[in-house]
Amino acid sequence: MATVSTPSGVPGVIIEIGGLPVRLRVSDPEFIALLQERYAGFVTTTSEPRFEFDIDLQPPDIDYQDRDVEVVYDAGKWSFARGDFYAEWNPAAGRGRIRQTANPYSIDSVMRILHTLLLARESGFLLHASSAAAGGRAVLFAGVSGAGKTTMARLAPTSATLLTDEVSYVRKLPEGYFAYGTPFVGELNTPGENLKVPVGVLYLLRQGTENKVEAVADAVAIQALLESILFFARDSELVKLVFETAADFVRQVPVRKLTFLPDARVWELVLRDSASQR
Amino acid sequence: MEAASQKRYVVRSTQIAARAVGGEMMIMSAKDSTLFTLNEVATAIWEAADGSTPLDQIVNQKVCAAFEVAPSVAMSDAEDLVAELSSHGLLLVSDQPISGSGSPAKETP
Repeated sequence: MATVSTPSGVPGVIIEIGGLPVRLRVSDPEFIALLQERYAGFVTTTSEPRFEFDIDLQPPDIDYQDRDVEVVYDAGKWSFARGDFYAEWNPAAGRGRIRQTANPYSIDSVMRILHTLLLARESGFLLHASSAAAGGRAVLFAGVSGAGKTTMARLAPTSATLLTDEVSYVRKLPEGYFAYGTPFVGELNTPGENLKVPVGVLYLLRQGTENKVEAVADAVAIQALLESILFFARDSELVKLVFETAADFVRQVPVRKLTFLPDARVWELVLRDSASQR
Repeated sequence: MEAASQKRYVVRSTQIAARAVGGEMMIMSAKDSTLFTLNEVATAIWEAADGSTPLDQIVNQKVCAAFEVAPSVAMSDAEDLVAELSSHGLLLVSDQPISGSGSPAKETP
């Protein structure tokens, strides 16, 4: 695995998710190894990082373990805080620092929050959805907890490539909306493949007594999409951008309601239906 | 004692994102991310909320003239809508004309 030397002399790892490379610098070799293992497949040595973070590893702060996540912009800097981490990021300078305990979950949360902020300005979003590439297109499965996101990922045929079983990464490029694989794992504990695939269909999941796909009115689709988008920041401007992106996504990408029985036959329907939506 | 003027003025907040979708208006509060979907009648009131047209005039011109509804019912429904949207900061309400959307307005009871 590659460790990148940096101008400061502190070793770092460049992690590229969604085409956005971020360098994490930390002096602890064990934590470097942890990052390289957790983000294997997303670690790069060839991309120039757009952002850099210094990580200070700290002992757990017992007093704040239960604190909810807070993401606030003030005086040109974002701050992300939860019981197990505190991060600051200056977007203009492209630099930030993270104070956290030495565990993979904190840095995972910081990375998710960072990407929600980056994507909001790039007409993209992170979505509570599993996704897979099939037939050259990405199919996304969004729903509330227990709706079947992990089940759909688990039932995917061998011809499909898992992009994520937990958090889908969607970004708008000049050619349209693309889904990227992510290392953010859910119940399957299997990272997605580091791929970039045009989005074919977003399915809103409902478990039922039969497999069927139905059209969804645009207003319903926008509302469902907004309910599934990960966004933590209290920032009026970014909230507006996320809303506009959700409305634009629904205008450009088919959103369908998928009622399903949790067995492999549902994927036959998904492959047929998604092909018909091209 | 003469009854005081009951004129009320409403204006859309700038702290929102809105988009017409399939004949409905979807509005999101940029402050608390609350999402509202307005039907056709509510959309007519929303679009006419310019801060300079009194609410009763909006109801007469945009609702009663376009939809089959009794004026008293239309006005009552409009008051409910204004109360709901203003409680989330999506509409600002004043007993005086409001210049510039999103400018501070005095809430009337």
